[in-house]
Amino acid sequence: MKKNIFIFALIATFGLTSCSNDDDNTPEVVNEEEVITTVTLTLVPSGGGDTVILISNDVDGDGPAPPVTAQTGDFVADTDYTGLVSFTNVTETPAEDITEEVIAEAEEHQVFYISSGSLNLTTSYNDTDSDGNPLGVMTTVMTGAASSGTLNIVLRHEPNKPNDGTLGDAGGETDVSVTFDIDIN
Amino acid sequence: MIKYIIAFTLLLGTLDAVSQTCELNFTGKAIDSHENIPLEGAIVFMPALDKSAYTNLEGEFSFKDLCAGTYTVQIEHPQCKTQIFEIVMRKDLDRSFYLEHHLEQLNEVIISGKSFRTKSETQLTNTIDLNQIEQFSSESLGDVLNTLSGVSSLNTGNSVIKPVINGLHSSRISIINNGVLMQDQEWGAEHAPNIDVNTAGFISVLKGASTLQFSGDAVGGMIISEPKRVALKDTLYGKTILSGSSNGRGGSISTELLKGYENGWYGVLQGTAKRYGDFEAPDYVLSNTGLQETDFSIRVGKNQFRSGFEAYASFFKSKIGILRASHLGGAADQVAAITSEQPFIIRDFTYDILEPRQEVTHLTGRVSYFKKFDGLGKLDLQYDLQHNQRFEFDIRRGDNANRASVDLTLTTHRFNAGLESDISDDLRLKSGFMLGYQENVADPSTGVRRLIPDYEEYTVAAYAIADYQASERLLLEAGLRFDYVFMDVFKFYRSSFWELRGYQQEFGDLVVEEFGNQLLVNPELTFNNISATAGLNYKLGSTSRIYFNYALATRNPNPSELFSEGLHHSASRIELGDLRFDSEVSNRLSLTLDSSGEDWSLQVSPFANWIDNFLLIEPTGVQQTVRGNFQVWEYRQIPAFLAGLDIDFSWQFAQRLQTTAQFSMVKGYDQQTDTPLINMPPVNFTNGVRYTLPEWHQFETGIKSEYVFRQNEFPNTNFEVFLPEQESIVEVDVSTPPPAYHLLHWDAQASFGFVGKSTLQLGIQVSNLLNTEYRNYLNRLRYYADDLGRNFRFQIKINY
Repeated sequence: MKKNIFIFALIATFGLTSCSNDDDNTPEVVNEEEVITTVTLTLVPSGGGDTVILISNDVDGDGPAPPVTAQTGDFVADTDYTGLVSFTNVTETPAEDITEEVIAEAEEHQVFYISSGSLNLTTSYNDTDSDGNPLGVMTTVMTGAASSGTLNIVLRHEPNKPNDGTLGDAGGETDVSVTFDIDIN
Repeated sequence: MIKYIIAFTLLLGTLDAVSQTCELNFTGKAIDSHENIPLEGAIVFMPALDKSAYTNLEGEFSFKDLCAGTYTVQIEHPQCKTQIFEIVMRKDLDRSFYLEHHLEQLNEVIISGKSFRTKSETQLTNTIDLNQIEQFSSESLGDVLNTLSGVSSLNTGNSVIKPVINGLHSSRISIINNGVLMQDQEWGAEHAPNIDVNTAGFISVLKGASTLQFSGDAVGGMIISEPKRVALKDTLYGKTILSGSSNGRGGSISTELLKGYENGWYGVLQGTAKRYGDFEAPDYVLSNTGLQETDFSIRVGKNQFRSGFEAYASFFKSKIGILRASHLGGAADQVAAITSEQPFIIRDFTYDILEPRQEVTHLTGRVSYFKKFDGLGKLDLQYDLQHNQRFEFDIRRGDNANRASVDLTLTTHRFNAGLESDISDDLRLKSGFMLGYQENVADPSTGVRRLIPDYEEYTVAAYAIADYQASERLLLEAGLRFDYVFMDVFKFYRSSFWELRGYQQEFGDLVVEEFGNQLLVNPELTFNNISATAGLNYKLGSTSRIYFNYALATRNPNPSELFSEGLHHSASRIELGDLRFDSEVSNRLSLTLDSSGEDWSLQVSPFANWIDNFLLIEPTGVQQTVRGNFQVWEYRQIPAFLAGLDIDFSWQFAQRLQTTAQFSMVKGYDQQTDTPLINMPPVNFTNGVRYTLPEWHQFETGIKSEYVFRQNEFPNTNFEVFLPEQESIVEVDVSTPPPAYHLLHWDAQASFGFVGKSTLQLGIQVSNLLNTEYRNYLNRLRYYADDLGRNFRFQIKINY
């Protein structure tokens, strides 16, 4: 009989602990911290003129809404632009600047600029990581003759560095891949 | 044979005059009527004397100093149905008793690793099952089960191995470990069962939901892992198994100590530790595939035949590296990884386990009690508690690099009460109820939206199973179970998804609060699930049997199917569930013909399974995000049909030589679109030859051939994606199965005397003998790397 009491005592003890959870607390919201919602490429023409800003914005991250792109200013043919890209997460308040993290971990990141064959636009790197390999936050963008096509900006995490500048050789994981339609007048 | 024994004992009984002295000896033997082998460790109880005895290795037992008269003898064995016999003592009696398999397993063949069992050799009295478990001491549960026909596995790399029974897995399989229904977030395809195989003394697999005692939702089947039984005598024994593997450059140590007392007390202490570094494919290192595992369990109880109790606690902790090259960001990366011959990241061998990795801790506690009441039956009470803590670490940036992306804590409490009673000699009834409470908490500090929402689940279930011995040859069984499930869920939805799905119109009143672009929603879901089983077991002649079983199983959708809504990093795809899903209902028919002769045995088991509301995840499109394109996979409910055939054959063609063969085939179709189901195991054929030389240190050696056909029936889930760099649209081939492959494995073992009474068993196993390069259709990482290359495994087992 003593044994039975012991067993029921055990059951009761375990059983009671299970009942003591607090129901009233609703869970805390999680805002995706690492997600990059917004990619901004700011291009300042070296000889003066219109600054071109390309923005891609995807406020719901991997939710169903697709990214929305916008452009201010127009590209001018045969012009050199000083380019600066920024990555931000606008779902947090204040918006988090992820570019800083990318620069802090420059050896583990690289930004690629890929223009379609029809577009007379070339990009060269203006910055390097501590190993002397390109990073791509700062660039020089050169336009050629009037043309139109697409510019694809890709941020890769942990790519092979150095690489030949193609995504295939770089590998790693895509953190950002946004494509802009571009007209050079 | 049985007839002769009975006739002979009867003859003995009648020949002699009735003796009045109390000096009669009663000896006997317990035999498994199905396999015709002696049963070791059966408890023989004589209520009139309040005495009991254990059967020895030969299945023999004895009682002394009995008076003349009629007695009842009750024989109990862990793998058999407890049976009561009547004996008449006039003079010394020697009788054989034949026991049947478990009540709850009667209508299904227990598929046990019988490949080494030979009828002519009596020295293999240790259940072969334990032997085989020990051979896999350094491996996982999935690896052991993989050796059975009709059982395959869904792998994520080489350390996450989920059992698949006749094509079904995850939530569709119930795993009962040490009497506890495992609740370890089994819904995830990349979540392996948290069980140390070394805790098992015997593992049985039931294809289909043929037993309702533990659950009613085992659409695919059940895996029951039972512990070793401790002899109820003053004894202390144990064993230690050391394994070392060349592939992974690691090994395991598992040790176990058992203590028994004649007064019924017993205790078992057991522990296992495993450590491996990166595993290797034939041509390269599979970087970041190491494994660490630490397990510990303790079992203490008292068994007094009429009553008893047991307390059990176990701790399981694993750290599993996931192939580094499988971590991808989007469709473009997927194209590159699939087209590449070799994984993108191949590093030097290391024991370090970096991201991506999983860290899981599973705690189990159980207290159980039984008492036998005359005229009522055996009452069982059990309370169990499980605590599962799962961390998944992804490759992250900056300060988050060492933070888990998934942090889930699943706590389950269950209380079971069961009564097993004999209504009459031929009719037995088992009934009971279960109360369950489960809570999942997803830690918000991960900084990643919850994969599985916070929820509480309440379950109430009741069941009854009856079996009726209609005639000497025919046994009938029927069972019914009802489960009531209530889920109280708190889920954050993205507002964009909530609107797009039309949830706002249908479930708008469930919204609790709005947070920026997310909504907190409180769905309360109720499921009423009915399950049932009916079957028969008919003895054809003396060595053949037919088993026929019908099982109705009902499974409510799991949290992943209901609430998935976002990027699943480890699969590199967006997965979407649906709040509106209903329970899945399976109607399964199975038939087994089991036949054996002097030197051969054959089991043929066809089955058909009609599943209504089958939950299926399939690709529906490509979604554009700032990270590029991802394939979208959505859960959908369809009518499905699965059918298949398993064949097991063994033949002892010479005194020391035995050959075994296994064939398994399963086909599954989506009846709505008339297309094949994804991830159905390909047809496979395994055969082996084994040579045994018991006279020389119980030497055994065998070679096994495993041929896996190409899966020719698969749904086309390929998708197209635009690659800006190539300025072209390419097809991402995620559906084409890999080619057929053939593997050879070799093993040998021998036992030697060691200090005192202890024995030392040495074994060597070589898997993938020819170092064949292959990829397995059911390995989720098959796109990125080859499967394992050759492995030499050395094993030392010491019994003391």
